[in-house]
Amino acid sequence: MGRVFLVFRLAARDVRHHRAQALLLVVAIVAATATLTMAFALSGVTDHPYQQTRAATKGPDVVAYMTSPSQATALIHAPGVLVSSGPFPIASASIAVGGRSAGAFVEGRGEAPAAVDQPEVIVGSWVRPGGVVIERTFAQALDASIGDSVTMSGRRFTVVGIAVTAAQAPYPNLCYFTTNTCANFQGAGSRDNGVVWTTEPDARALTSSANPLDDFALNLKLSHPADAQAFANRYSALTGGPGPRHRIETSGGSGPAPGPAGGPNQVGPIVSTWEGVASADALLVQDAQSVLGPGALLLALLAIASVAILVGRRLSEYTRRVGLLKAVGGTPALIATTFMIENVALALMAAGVGLVAGWLVAPLLTDPGAALIGAPGAPTLTAAKAIEVIGVALVVALAATLVPAIRAARTSTVRALADVARPPRRRGALIRVSRRMPVPVLFGLRLVARRPRRALLSTANMAVTVTGIVAVVAFHATTTNKLSGAATSGLISGGLSDPVVNRDLEMLGVITVMLVTLALLNAVFTTWATVLDARRSSAVMRALGARPGQVGLGLVVAQVISALPGTIVGVGLGLALFKAAVKSAGSPPPAFLLVVTVLGTLGVVAGLTTVPAQWGTRQRIADVLADEAA
Amino acid sequence: MNRSTETLVRARGLRREYGRGESLIRAVDDVDLDVATGETVAVMGPSGCGKSTLLHLIGGLDRLTGGELWLADRRVDRLSERALAELRCRQIGFVFQAFQLMDELTAQENVELPALLAGQSPRRARRRALELLERVGLEDRARHLPAELSGGQRQRVAIARSLANDPPLVLADEPTGNLDSTATLEVLRLFQALHETGLTLVVVTHDERIAATADRLISMRDGVFVDETRLTGGTGGSLADFVGLRGE
Repeated sequence: MGRVFLVFRLAARDVRHHRAQALLLVVAIVAATATLTMAFALSGVTDHPYQQTRAATKGPDVVAYMTSPSQATALIHAPGVLVSSGPFPIASASIAVGGRSAGAFVEGRGEAPAAVDQPEVIVGSWVRPGGVVIERTFAQALDASIGDSVTMSGRRFTVVGIAVTAAQAPYPNLCYFTTNTCANFQGAGSRDNGVVWTTEPDARALTSSANPLDDFALNLKLSHPADAQAFANRYSALTGGPGPRHRIETSGGSGPAPGPAGGPNQVGPIVSTWEGVASADALLVQDAQSVLGPGALLLALLAIASVAILVGRRLSEYTRRVGLLKAVGGTPALIATTFMIENVALALMAAGVGLVAGWLVAPLLTDPGAALIGAPGAPTLTAAKAIEVIGVALVVALAATLVPAIRAARTSTVRALADVARPPRRRGALIRVSRRMPVPVLFGLRLVARRPRRALLSTANMAVTVTGIVAVVAFHATTTNKLSGAATSGLISGGLSDPVVNRDLEMLGVITVMLVTLALLNAVFTTWATVLDARRSSAVMRALGARPGQVGLGLVVAQVISALPGTIVGVGLGLALFKAAVKSAGSPPPAFLLVVTVLGTLGVVAGLTTVPAQWGTRQRIADVLADEAA
Repeated sequence: MNRSTETLVRARGLRREYGRGESLIRAVDDVDLDVATGETVAVMGPSGCGKSTLLHLIGGLDRLTGGELWLADRRVDRLSERALAELRCRQIGFVFQAFQLMDELTAQENVELPALLAGQSPRRARRRALELLERVGLEDRARHLPAELSGGQRQRVAIARSLANDPPLVLADEPTGNLDSTATLEVLRLFQALHETGLTLVVVTHDERIAATADRLISMRDGVFVDETRLTGGTGGSLADFVGLRGE
């Protein structure tokens, strides 16, 4: 019992005497665990809004798309069908508003409310002759508002309403022709298509012999909504299964022609379910999760680097303390436990803070998007997920602490009592190369050679950071290309803003800020550790005639030398991460942007390490040498 | 100011204070000192009397609180850090009690460091380092790390390093303080040899044997000089016989 008390007391005293270091450790782990918590908390947040939207719009359980209204009869009278609306004609058209254009599915509707799928008008009114209602996400992308004049296939309409529906997935994941999910839709062609509603005669007027009316939508309510998938399988299977069949005209001529466009009466009904639409609605949040997941991983890696730097530095400070503990009877196990318990306790505390912070911040990220109405419920966080988050924090602490703790436990008591500094490594080749370099590079290279593990940690730190930065830069570049219409293939084209992309960019922005902050803190602490470790070397160099500026620059050079390979590796990893994230749909950013990223990162590292480096050269040589000799 | 051209180090009213008010400590208090070119001066005194501080002030490792300091004909107490670094690089060699060798560098690499700092080519720096190591009798230890050398050998490496740029002045702070008697003798022999080459030496020491090799012995207490004795011929005189330098 006394031993346990001692361990905790030593750990507590140590934390109290090194508050800044403890705080950085906590911040690093909080960043990783909060991000992970947010990713977990986003799971299922759109379920509630979708159900609210479904209730408000009399959402269908299944929607059948067919080439002829005559195909509807069998489905309307199919077992399990309670009520239906339609079939409604769907014309394909190009839509142009204020210089923006896109493809549109124009659904012809009656002016009276439908029994199934009556879109909820958010602003304005329902369809009337010459008046068009635009689905809300599509309206936002087009920047269209009530009273705007729009042109569809050469005909002018006025925007009279903006509405939401639970029958179709929102822009840009509109997906008339899949049964379960729109996830595979990305590779099928342009996503610049949205849904609009007009009166039925207006919709029919948009068709022509060149653009025939061969699509109709039938909305069905089933007695058992849970059987929607079975219903879809049954009726889609009878008619050849699901597949792309729409042909859209777009003003730019780059409209998609996804798959074989079946002629009238050649393709049977294609039945989609409400679960499929709900899944497409959730893509917005799923994308955010797909950003937060790798982001949390990168942050966890950086947190390991942070903790390793701090622990390494602390170990070198506590050599004498280890010796004292051993001299008074402390066993190696007690030494290792004392060393680890402190970091494990801090990690647990940080995990708790991270869990709460992530849970509190998650609602800010859980806006279900313009496609749905209603607010999301409280973020879901199960005990299993909480344990997972705590586990990550513990892994971070243990991964970074285990080796130093064992090293401390195995230190010779006599050497530890004498406070013998950890002897520097010798890298003969590097020292030989440095002889031919200017003094700052000579000193910097030799500092790297003294502590190769610390240099490796700096390299890893920069590799992880640059991986994140390059992935973000690549994503931005691809998005910019697409939005400017430069990309001919990819997720979207046509110059419309994409809510999914926008949400991704927001998430990436948050992750990037956290990554960069942690990386910068790591860089400063690494420099600090190097400055303290090189205290005597710096003083001797100055005593022998090196100028303070040369020594300070040498300390900066040491950091830049360590960062350089990490930056280069990070570029490769960042591009790979980007490729994996967008499934090869994006093009890599221009080379100059990568060069700017590399140089910028190195510049920031150099700038940031200048302050501790300069501090290191301001100490009086005589004092340092006297301290070291004492 | 009238200065002798033969005076290498000239200090007037040298002061170094630490702290303020009641905690003010005058480590060096109004000290005047002249060291002629080629002279060996030993400074002795109890611990904390200010002798090491004096050495640091002369060598530009520490800043004066007051007074004036010249090296040759150049006033050095007003120099910038950059200029002081240049001065240390080319004009002054240091020998420390704790050797202050770079642990990760071999003997040769340690010795060539000041030459590299002075901008000499690596080849020339290496040649010079090997010459100096030969001069201190360590040519066969050139590739050894400090940890592989004895205390006396380390100090000889440090002495060799202090000569790398042929400085006119060498400052030694307790050069034998960490050495046993055998190693001390090795160092004494080296200082004798340096003295004979006309090098100017200022040595701070507790060791009477090393003080006896000097041309002049200054006793210091509480930051001031309390006694000054001109010895009979320094290392070339009878005291050298006393400490066993003759006939070795």
